[in-house]
Amino acid sequence: MAIELTVNGKPASFAGDPSMPLLWYLRDHARLTGTKFGCGIGYCGACTVHVDGTARRACVTPMSTVAGHAVTTIEGLSGAGTLHPVQQAWLEEDVPQCGYCQAGQIMTAVDLLRRKPDLSDTDIAELTNLCRCGTYPRIRKAIRRAALALCGEHA
Amino acid sequence: MGTSVSSGVGTDIRTGSGTGQGTSVTGAHGNALSRRDFLRVSVSAAGGLAVSLAWPRLGTAGEAMEPKLPPAVSQPLGAFVRIEPDGRIVIGARGCEIGQGVRTSLPMLIADELDVPWSAVTVEQLDYGLEESGTPPKLVSRYGPQGAGGSTSVRDGFDELRQVGARARWLLIQAAGEEWRVPAGQLRTQDAQVVHPDGRTLPYAQLARRAAALAPPAREVPLKDKSAWRIIGQRVRVVDGRDIVTGTARYGIDSAVPGALTAVIARCPYFDGAIAKVDDSDARRIPGVRRVLTIEGPLPGAPIDRNLAAGVAVLAEDFWSAQRGRQALHITWTPGPGAQDSSSALEQRALAAFDQRGKIARQDGDFDAARRGAKRVIESTYIEPFLAHATMEPPNALIDLRGKRALLIASLQSPRGASGMVSAMTGIAPSDIEIQLPRSGGGFGRRLENDFVAEAVLIAQKAKQPVKLIWTREDDLQNDFYRPFGIHRLTATLDAFGNVNGWAHRVAATARKYRAAGMDDDDPDWIGCVDRDGFPAGCVANYRAEFLPVEFSLPRGWWHSPLPTFSAFPVESFLDEVAVAVGQDPLALRLALLGAPRELDYRDHGGPKVHTGRIAGVLREAARRIGYGRKLPPRHGIGLASHFTHGGYAAHAIEVAVPEQGEWSVVRCVCAADIGAVVNPLGAEAQFMGGTICGLSTALNLQITVKDGRIEQANFPDYPLLRMAAAPDVEVFLIDSPFPPVGAGEMGIPPVAPALANAIFAATGKRLRRLPLGGQLKT
Repeated sequence: MAIELTVNGKPASFAGDPSMPLLWYLRDHARLTGTKFGCGIGYCGACTVHVDGTARRACVTPMSTVAGHAVTTIEGLSGAGTLHPVQQAWLEEDVPQCGYCQAGQIMTAVDLLRRKPDLSDTDIAELTNLCRCGTYPRIRKAIRRAALALCGEHA
Repeated sequence: MGTSVSSGVGTDIRTGSGTGQGTSVTGAHGNALSRRDFLRVSVSAAGGLAVSLAWPRLGTAGEAMEPKLPPAVSQPLGAFVRIEPDGRIVIGARGCEIGQGVRTSLPMLIADELDVPWSAVTVEQLDYGLEESGTPPKLVSRYGPQGAGGSTSVRDGFDELRQVGARARWLLIQAAGEEWRVPAGQLRTQDAQVVHPDGRTLPYAQLARRAAALAPPAREVPLKDKSAWRIIGQRVRVVDGRDIVTGTARYGIDSAVPGALTAVIARCPYFDGAIAKVDDSDARRIPGVRRVLTIEGPLPGAPIDRNLAAGVAVLAEDFWSAQRGRQALHITWTPGPGAQDSSSALEQRALAAFDQRGKIARQDGDFDAARRGAKRVIESTYIEPFLAHATMEPPNALIDLRGKRALLIASLQSPRGASGMVSAMTGIAPSDIEIQLPRSGGGFGRRLENDFVAEAVLIAQKAKQPVKLIWTREDDLQNDFYRPFGIHRLTATLDAFGNVNGWAHRVAATARKYRAAGMDDDDPDWIGCVDRDGFPAGCVANYRAEFLPVEFSLPRGWWHSPLPTFSAFPVESFLDEVAVAVGQDPLALRLALLGAPRELDYRDHGGPKVHTGRIAGVLREAARRIGYGRKLPPRHGIGLASHFTHGGYAAHAIEVAVPEQGEWSVVRCVCAADIGAVVNPLGAEAQFMGGTICGLSTALNLQITVKDGRIEQANFPDYPLLRMAAAPDVEVFLIDSPFPPVGAGEMGIPPVAPALANAIFAATGKRLRRLPLGGQLKT
């Protein structure tokens, strides 16, 4: 039985191994390569996506568990030609270096800001995504900037 | 045709030479002029770029080859610059982008001399550019050096790439002169337009076609004065940042070609081990698995010039099937000769090595005499572990062998090495191997090696179809070219007045020059292990640097600021110890030893000279910025350290708080750097920020250890890179420097570990002499 799900707002179907992690479905089958492979054990966060709006590490999320759910990847975070305020903040703070972990960082930050719109640095310090280039200080600045922007949006 | 001079392939720096096979010249050469012959850029005998904006005059061979171009098509002005009819300026980025920012900074150099607004520029990544040219045909590099290593891209490109822009601008001015019938000398340019003396303007887009038809300048075009720079020195954001934050930037691991199978390899966990027995029957039953095959490892003791280990490759329709197939393999390994060895045994051997006399890497005066006559002798021993590179994007390679042609797409640092390796393994001429250069998810020296490319080639040759090889994190941490392990013993002698008059630095280490295919026999044994000319060499009358090689089976490589990182921790820690011993302030001692500002010989990478005044300059700046000398709260301490790295200078000043109870923390972290003229301050600051975080991460937590012949670490939990909570803000100060630019990618790491250890000492009185420090900070 094929697994039916929604990926970036579009219906999708997967008839392969239900134990396949969502990450490899996205990369190899849906050809959405913005979600990255870093560790395969849910530790580094490079593969972070949203499942029903909540951050999830796709490398340890079997396809069987996302049947009937809505998956959002970095490619689907904003509409075509537009940027999510977090993506915008990321550009303004010039966060990326190699850039490989950044999709996961952004997806995690969006989730954090959704849960804690008035976040503090202590909240940001809870983030566990790894960045080998050491962009953390600029990630902090970008999240603070995005928090302000989102605050203005909702005001 | 243009004036290009061909004399060999591009000049990846020697640490970037990979296999060293890149210079083979092949014979067969067609006579037909290809389009790219007109775009030729080659490397001069001196290693510089001879830019031959060699688009042919109309009416010459070019017209015979190609239909006459309609007026509205884009016009190339040499290999790097193309001007589109809509006014967009397309500039080629030649380097391997591994996070160091060359996709932004190198095109900035061209754009500045071209005199176009950065907002009008579109950057396109160039492929690796090798072609044959001349009679007899020789391999030439179309774009000059394209490798990434040793912080050389900006240094090498600074004059070359500005010249590229200047020559294209020269052509546009000539074209405008023809159009207006005005001597070119009376014209100037501004914002992608040529300006007539009477104020009229012609946009570049309207001049491009005429310019592209002109003969290129016969000699170098004068470059702008620094005061006229418009883009160099501006804070420019990562040029493809939008692609990155929207997930559309392409990395090696994102590559695909039709018909490619995904491969993973179960490698022998013992170095120089072999496959005794394979039962792949279960693996073949996994849905999606298409092939299982074996590959050989290097011959024991022979240079490691291809892949690292024997293994069993599983090829499947997707990664997950391949990985499941691999997990279903039943393999019996034959352990290699190092199967009983361990890090603890290595440490004992290294300590015992100090009983021997080693190889002298540098000797000034007579250290032994100074020691005999010394009023006082100070000695300390420091230990540094093996390190893995752990790039966020694990190694991978996609290879498609198509008869006499090949396509390679991979995240690389040494495309030249990859080209030579693929050619040597397949017999395909280097000019027929297309190498695309996607973004790399980090490099740090790991991708100076092309072992993963060799694996992909071996598999593709056996499987007879395109292959995309992917490494897991476990593969990566356990199959690396590791930063050498070493024990440093430092000895300082004091004369009757308390002055340092003797300095000996003895290094017992696993030699970097170990089965290293890219090194020559005449490369010194201590290469990469002994910073023979580093401070305080040249500043102490009786000085000796000595190397004691210690046997071990792990392969070794260049690791992110390799020698400086290895040397800075012992030297800069010991300087503090000496200062404490003589009752002098650590900064004052360093400044006294550095003495008058002057140039000293520095024979290794980054030389040929090191300037003592610039070391003092970054130390003073870091000290000033952190408020060195101010009264601190109890259990706070400030530590300083500096290092000369690859031609650049950096110093760190770190303040820590180490309470009697509870968690220690970094209170402030200051980095001052002198890297000459700064092309992109926003990018350079990012490099120093990142280098500092990497330095902290490494100093605190990272080590690779061996037990029973196997690497003990498997994935990130065992190799814990710093996370957000432990990463301090980094205050970066770039000194306004009159010197020419060097890179920025590596200078930010070396001083961090000693500055941190010095700060901990200042706060607690406890001297930490072993890396990583983390476990020793727990109370």
